[in-house]
Amino acid sequence: MITLNVNGRSHEIADEPNTPLLYVLRDTLELNGAKFGCGLGQCGSCTVVVDGKSVFSCLTPISILQGRKITTLEGLGSEDAPSPLQRAFIEEQAAQCGYCIPGMIMRAHALLTANRTPTDAQIREHMNPNLCRCGTHMRVLAAIKRAARGMQAADASAPRQEVRP
Amino acid sequence: MNAPLVTPSRRDFLAGALVVSFSLRSLSSFAAEEQQSPKPPLPGSLKNALMLDAWIRVDADGTVTVFTGKCEIGQGIRTALIQVAAEELEVEARAIHLVTADTVRTANEGFTSGSNSMKDSGAAIRNAAAQVREILIGIAAERIGVAADQLHAQSGAIVGPGNRRIGYGELVAGEVLHAAAQPASRLKTPEALRVIGQSMPRVDIPGKVTGGVSYVQDLRLPNMVHARIVRPPSYEARLQSLDPSAIEKLPGVLKIVRDGSFLGVIAEREFQAITAAHALAAAAKWDSATKLPDEKNIFGFIESLPGQDYIIADKHAPSGAAAQTLEAVYRRPYQLHGSIGPSCAVASFDGDALTVWSHAQGMFPLRKAIAEMLHFAEDKVRCIHMEGAGCYGHNGADDAGADAALLARALPGRPVRVQWTREQEHQWEPYGPAMLSRARASLDASGNIVDWQYDVRSNTHSTRPPGAGQLLAARHLEQPFKPDAPKPIPQPEGGGDRNSIPLYAVPNVRVVHHFVPDMPLRVSAHRSLGAYLNVFSIESFMDELATAANADPVEFRLRHMQESRARKVISTAAERFGWSSTPLPRGRGRGFAFAQYKNLGAYCAVAIEAEVEHESGRVRLGRAVAAVDSGQAVNPDGIANQIQGGVVQSASWTLYESVRFEPTRILSQDWSTYPILRFGNVPESVDVHVIDAPGQPFLGTGEAAQGPAAAAIANAVAHATGMRIRDLPLNAARVKAAIGV
Amino acid sequence: MLRLVLSIIFIAILAAAALFYATHLTIPEERTQRSFAPDIVKRGGELAALGYCASCHTAENGKPFAGGRPLATPFGTIYGTNITPDPETGIGAWTRAAFNRAMRDGVDRAGRDLYPAFPYDHFTKLTDEDLGALYAFLMTREAVRAQNPRNELAFPYNLRLLLAGWKLLYLDKAPVPIDPTKSAEWNRGAYLVEALSHCGACHTPRDRFGAEIASKRLDGGEAEGWWAPPLNRTSPSPVPWSEESLFNYLRSWDSGHGGAVGPMAPVVAALAAVPEQDVRAIAAYIASTLAKPSESEKRVEDNQTPAIQANSQGAQLYAGVCAACHETGGYVPFTVASLGQHTSIHGPDPRNVIHVIIHGIQPPEGTVGAIMPAFADTLNDAQIAEIVSYLRARFSSGPQWSNIADEVGRVRRRETSP
Ligand code: FES
Ligand code: FES
Repeated sequence: MITLNVNGRSHEIADEPNTPLLYVLRDTLELNGAKFGCGLGQCGSCTVVVDGKSVFSCLTPISILQGRKITTLEGLGSEDAPSPLQRAFIEEQAAQCGYCIPGMIMRAHALLTANRTPTDAQIREHMNPNLCRCGTHMRVLAAIKRAARGMQAADASAPRQEVRP
Repeated sequence: MNAPLVTPSRRDFLAGALVVSFSLRSLSSFAAEEQQSPKPPLPGSLKNALMLDAWIRVDADGTVTVFTGKCEIGQGIRTALIQVAAEELEVEARAIHLVTADTVRTANEGFTSGSNSMKDSGAAIRNAAAQVREILIGIAAERIGVAADQLHAQSGAIVGPGNRRIGYGELVAGEVLHAAAQPASRLKTPEALRVIGQSMPRVDIPGKVTGGVSYVQDLRLPNMVHARIVRPPSYEARLQSLDPSAIEKLPGVLKIVRDGSFLGVIAEREFQAITAAHALAAAAKWDSATKLPDEKNIFGFIESLPGQDYIIADKHAPSGAAAQTLEAVYRRPYQLHGSIGPSCAVASFDGDALTVWSHAQGMFPLRKAIAEMLHFAEDKVRCIHMEGAGCYGHNGADDAGADAALLARALPGRPVRVQWTREQEHQWEPYGPAMLSRARASLDASGNIVDWQYDVRSNTHSTRPPGAGQLLAARHLEQPFKPDAPKPIPQPEGGGDRNSIPLYAVPNVRVVHHFVPDMPLRVSAHRSLGAYLNVFSIESFMDELATAANADPVEFRLRHMQESRARKVISTAAERFGWSSTPLPRGRGRGFAFAQYKNLGAYCAVAIEAEVEHESGRVRLGRAVAAVDSGQAVNPDGIANQIQGGVVQSASWTLYESVRFEPTRILSQDWSTYPILRFGNVPESVDVHVIDAPGQPFLGTGEAAQGPAAAAIANAVAHATGMRIRDLPLNAARVKAAIGV
Repeated sequence: MLRLVLSIIFIAILAAAALFYATHLTIPEERTQRSFAPDIVKRGGELAALGYCASCHTAENGKPFAGGRPLATPFGTIYGTNITPDPETGIGAWTRAAFNRAMRDGVDRAGRDLYPAFPYDHFTKLTDEDLGALYAFLMTREAVRAQNPRNELAFPYNLRLLLAGWKLLYLDKAPVPIDPTKSAEWNRGAYLVEALSHCGACHTPRDRFGAEIASKRLDGGEAEGWWAPPLNRTSPSPVPWSEESLFNYLRSWDSGHGGAVGPMAPVVAALAAVPEQDVRAIAAYIASTLAKPSESEKRVEDNQTPAIQANSQGAQLYAGVCAACHETGGYVPFTVASLGQHTSIHGPDPRNVIHVIIHGIQPPEGTVGAIMPAFADTLNDAQIAEIVSYLRARFSSGPQWSNIADEVGRVRRRETSP
């Protein structure tokens, strides 16, 4: 038994320790966010966030995830209550087939957690491991920038709220 | 890279003249696929299903269900069709439930291809909706006893004098909507439209960005099991020997299915199936008969293959004398669809009937093919469309459906999900064919084109079902099915000759399509088909002619374009881009290109800036601006999204992509051996200007940008370097070779 | 007597000073329009590729040859200079004589001694004809105005005067000898390897004054924090190198040994564009320096069972993280049949293996080439160390690496040398 902490809940996983996280998420935990694209670490469709960093779940056996914090697309928000980043993707209509988008969102989430004011060049470089075949890149970049602006605005307004009587 | 100047041989022309009459007749019957019948008594696809309730149903509780035989393939059709229905039905878009292609529930609209969905299904649903609205008004009129013209429809109800409202649900008693559709409908006037023309957010995106069940890959049925296929190492290789005993004992393995050279394994859990498939691949012994041609000489090889010639344009008019004549040859290699999600399907067999969930583009043709392969009656097979990753044409989707069907039949009672690997998708999907074209044109003394001769040589661009032999698995069975004889797709849409007839006003035009039946590599429909090479060729050649005529490329195009909508698209793109002839810094260039997709779909012009690094030949894309006229724009942002995507995808094809192979196998097996565009190299920006054409028919948009984007990039590179590159892709090595030290 | 000695010493010093002065005169600027025969420029371009000029003289995402690339040495950081024809910040004002002096004597136009990080100890052996072609090529590049950072060197290494002494000790200007008993191709290869391609700069160990140790030619050295394997009989590669496999490796990728990574990757990228016979010549020469009396006793080891017993955790990690691509018998593109075929596994230290695991492999945009994801964020240092020691135990007959854990930390922090 391996205990996985996924989206804040812990699960006892009976799967064989070498099973890549991707299949445990999809097949055992029935989460759709992480997608299979290549299984080779070449496309990023399977990207999830582990301890704040984006990783390829297709090449990450559950044996090394004991006690680490795993976040998937489902952990960010739901259709009724999307996270700011997910909302930005909806507002920019940043999807065509949308198959690559969950991976894009998770990789972007890791970036914005570490750096709320990324430059355009930083975003492009950070997103480079993830492939999109529909050519939705421009809108993905726009969505990430929109989310970043939103976070900065929130940061800026936060202290003011505190000083209010 | 200066291509040798070649003219079509006399033989080509004689042969062409001989076969043309026969060929055009013999083709006239072919495939509803990319085609629509010439004499439509009813708008759009209404002729495929005459009853209104085949398209629209209203339940007693007022819920509205709309049925389309088309599929959502990432182009946003789901949203656009809901908008169309909501518009004419006068109900809120969110109140509409849309059912897409399902051989039991929806009309047969053939394939979702050729950017025809709005033209076919959009028109059908719009007219059906308008007619249903009028029927409901009629019933209400009787009910209340007022004249119909005193009533109007409003958010799901008929409203009359004194604000009297009757909900649709109360009006649909009995089979009132089971009525034959009429050729003419009372469509709302362009001014009255309130949903059509709005950039309504796509209905599928919220689910897709939050982890909803959005793709067939996400489908989880009770009791479902997982399967993987083990393919031969090459096209022709046959399974010689296999000892499965050890693999049968692996954890979770339920069944190893072998029929001839078709080999698959079913297991309880997905990773168990993967592990077993690896073991199976290691245990299988294949012979290798495949002999592919030499990649370096592929175009020479294709030219050496026998062809059937079709003269598709041959007009002559008096014109000025030719002052100079230009000739050029353009080439395009095999290219992948390369869906980001490899093909997948789920099938379930109850011992009597089979259901297949597939992301293929045609559920009815797939059903026919699978039924034939399994020797089932067609009504024993049901195909239901579920989205996959974007396909951009005929990829492995149908084949995965066949795989799932064969495996499910072997394990009745357990739904089987089969997922292709990345390597399988790369090696087995049918590619966009390698093609070449020859253009020859003369300018008179004042720089006007006086004659134009164009030859394009290509394989077929459709090897889709319904023939069972079109399915990969069916070819590998003990009793294999033979692929259908390849056929060209006839004009006006065309296949290899799609967009090969220039839209420009030229007095003398002759266009010949050399159709090559033999396919050294498996090929089929690849987004925009032959239009990708033909538009690349024609629009590159237009720039070469403009240079020879000392004219500005945009001015030169306008000079030869009479069609007003085309002119508007061209000038809009040029304006918004800020087109000018002011010189750019060293190594930078601007390029322009235009086409009307299929010469009957959306008009699209693209202007782009490119920078070429002299030392490496690397091309960086700057600002891109596109203008598009898709007729009555149903969802402008949806159109912009597709054009933007088309420009970026075409940039990847045009700068990097080419399928690699050696005599015994395909070498392009993954993203390391078939690199595509990544974030580091996407353009600076891609702006799209949608030109609405109120009251005009819907024109397909999905493929309109592929050709113009390619030619615009090539023209920008030529402008930046002074070198004309006519062979795709324009990769760094090729550009460097062209510009020299 | 004493006066005599003193005066002799005095004269000697004067002579030395005079000599130094004479060899360090500022060479006047030249701002005339230069023109060169196209075929000379073309040849110069090929030679520049064979000398990998661009890799040290181009900053990351910078303009070609405009310099600015930091080069870490044990003495501090040296920045690649701007060798575009910009007269102010580049070498645009350099005469042919100034260029030759820099290449042959390591003295720039202004008379300042250059650091041997710029391998003039190899370039000094270049023929005049080749120098001319290189000059023609560089002078016809796009002039880029780019002021590069100053070198960051600790005292006393920042004293350029010392370099004059260094040269007296180490700079051997003798041309590459011709061996009449060997083929023309071999001799061509010898010239390229020793002079232009300066293989020894990385593949020969250096002494504490940063000079290549003549007695240890091509015994293996250092490159930007990577181990540069030996190119002679001391090579630990279990798979014999043939001319063919070297050619494949230098041109793209070799199924027996894999492909170039780290600082060697740009070298192979550059060689893709040079005439095939030059790469074949290098391969022929290096194959001869690598040749072993008896290759037959060498084979790829796979001590899987003992390795698993010795390090079950590493084995477990390997099976979960690496096997998906590396246990497919070379089925996955750009993987070799056994990781044991990679020379790095058999090296004296684990740095190269660690580099690849942590930072992965990315081919240049749009080009066919190995992609390996970076595992920096997937694996922690301890896990990487386990995998590395498992690989060593399983595939190498050499002793287990002692310093794996520290090296992992160092590579992760992108530190280049201990
Ligand atoms: S599926 Fe994991 S990187 Fe492609
Ligand atoms: S949106 Fe389809 S792959 Fe990215």
